[in-house]
Amino acid sequence: MPTFVYMTRCDGCGHCVDICPSDIMHIDKTYRRAYNIEPNMCWECYSCVKACPQNAIDARGYADFAPLGHSVRVLREPEKGTISWKIKFRNGHEKNFVSPIRTTPWGTIPSPAELPPPSENDFKNQELAHEPDALNIEGGLPALTSGQLKKGVI
Amino acid sequence: MFTTNPFAELSAFISPSVMQTYVVVMIILVAAGTVYDVLHKKSARYFRENMRKSKAEGTKVGGGEMVSMAIKTALVDVAASGEFCNQKRRIAHLLGMYGFIIFALSTAVMVFRYPTADVVTPAIWPLLWWLGAALVCIGGYWFWFFIRADVSAEGNSPFRVMRADLFILSLLGCATFALIWAYLQASGNSWAMIAFWLHVIFTTVLFGSVPWSKFAHMFFKPAAAFEKRLSAANGTRSNLPPPVDKPEDFGKVSYQPRNY
Repeated sequence: MPTFVYMTRCDGCGHCVDICPSDIMHIDKTYRRAYNIEPNMCWECYSCVKACPQNAIDARGYADFAPLGHSVRVLREPEKGTISWKIKFRNGHEKNFVSPIRTTPWGTIPSPAELPPPSENDFKNQELAHEPDALNIEGGLPALTSGQLKKGVI
Repeated sequence: MFTTNPFAELSAFISPSVMQTYVVVMIILVAAGTVYDVLHKKSARYFRENMRKSKAEGTKVGGGEMVSMAIKTALVDVAASGEFCNQKRRIAHLLGMYGFIIFALSTAVMVFRYPTADVVTPAIWPLLWWLGAALVCIGGYWFWFFIRADVSAEGNSPFRVMRADLFILSLLGCATFALIWAYLQASGNSWAMIAFWLHVIFTTVLFGSVPWSKFAHMFFKPAAAFEKRLSAANGTRSNLPPPVDKPEDFGKVSYQPRNY
């Protein structure tokens, strides 16, 4: 289900252009509004749908095999730390989901440059630098012991 | 220089009635262009259909609430450009919008009320005219070189011109050459008339290109903003999920991604 833009809602800010990993969200040359230049190259990551501050981007299936009438709408509320989804099926059935975006205030996660450089011991283990702290798991990452595995795996 | 009516000086070369006729023709061009634009793009029909659908699906909104929404749309979305998420774009838009209004209004007043040097022009009108054109230039060039999405997000050169630039470029040309013309005329420079005719060309393009440029956004954007407010009030919310019932613990987040 590739994305498309409601032109009357879009204000041409360029957030979707910046975030699209496929680089297929571009600015229209006639009205300076965003549009999906290549819907069949859209891998439906929904990054632009979630990033759009005007809720101007929606997703829909290809008209040849998915008749219109359904929709996927997203409401991002960063101040509440939530993202809500409303999935509408063609038969009118609706599903609503709410997911957390984060559990800490914006800007409180330090960037790698703000953290101390990894010690020599850090290079000897398999974890990434500062990873256990970021995951908030005391005592390190959980690991499987040989007793928990099926016979024959090791 | 800033308190002299440039049109009064110009009346020595061009008759005031010609200037007044030109202004009237420009107003007619905007009105006709907007009507053509609305019919051609079927934007009025689109908003009417959306409004009808929203009314049918949502709860009934009272007359008082409708008036309140119209006032909020006028004050927040139109007068304060409240729909912009990027504060730089909002400021640039406000500079350009109010600059254009002041510039157009003071031009009309000076051309119709104080068209010749025989009638004394109050100093406020030429001052407003200079201020308006300068505001358009500040907001416009800021937008043109740094803020517009095809430069800041797409990473294109600011000198790459496309049809979407017709409105902003003609507006900038109109205001820039107006300032250059007024300056050269006040300093007695013989190039003043060239700057003046360039100003006339850009002004004609600005007002005559309404069906092809985004000039008409000043008419359909308020309609879109009102529709957005109406859909929030009647519960349809443009098909968006309802807001989550949670405290706003994480505060207002305002950021501008920069990938280039």
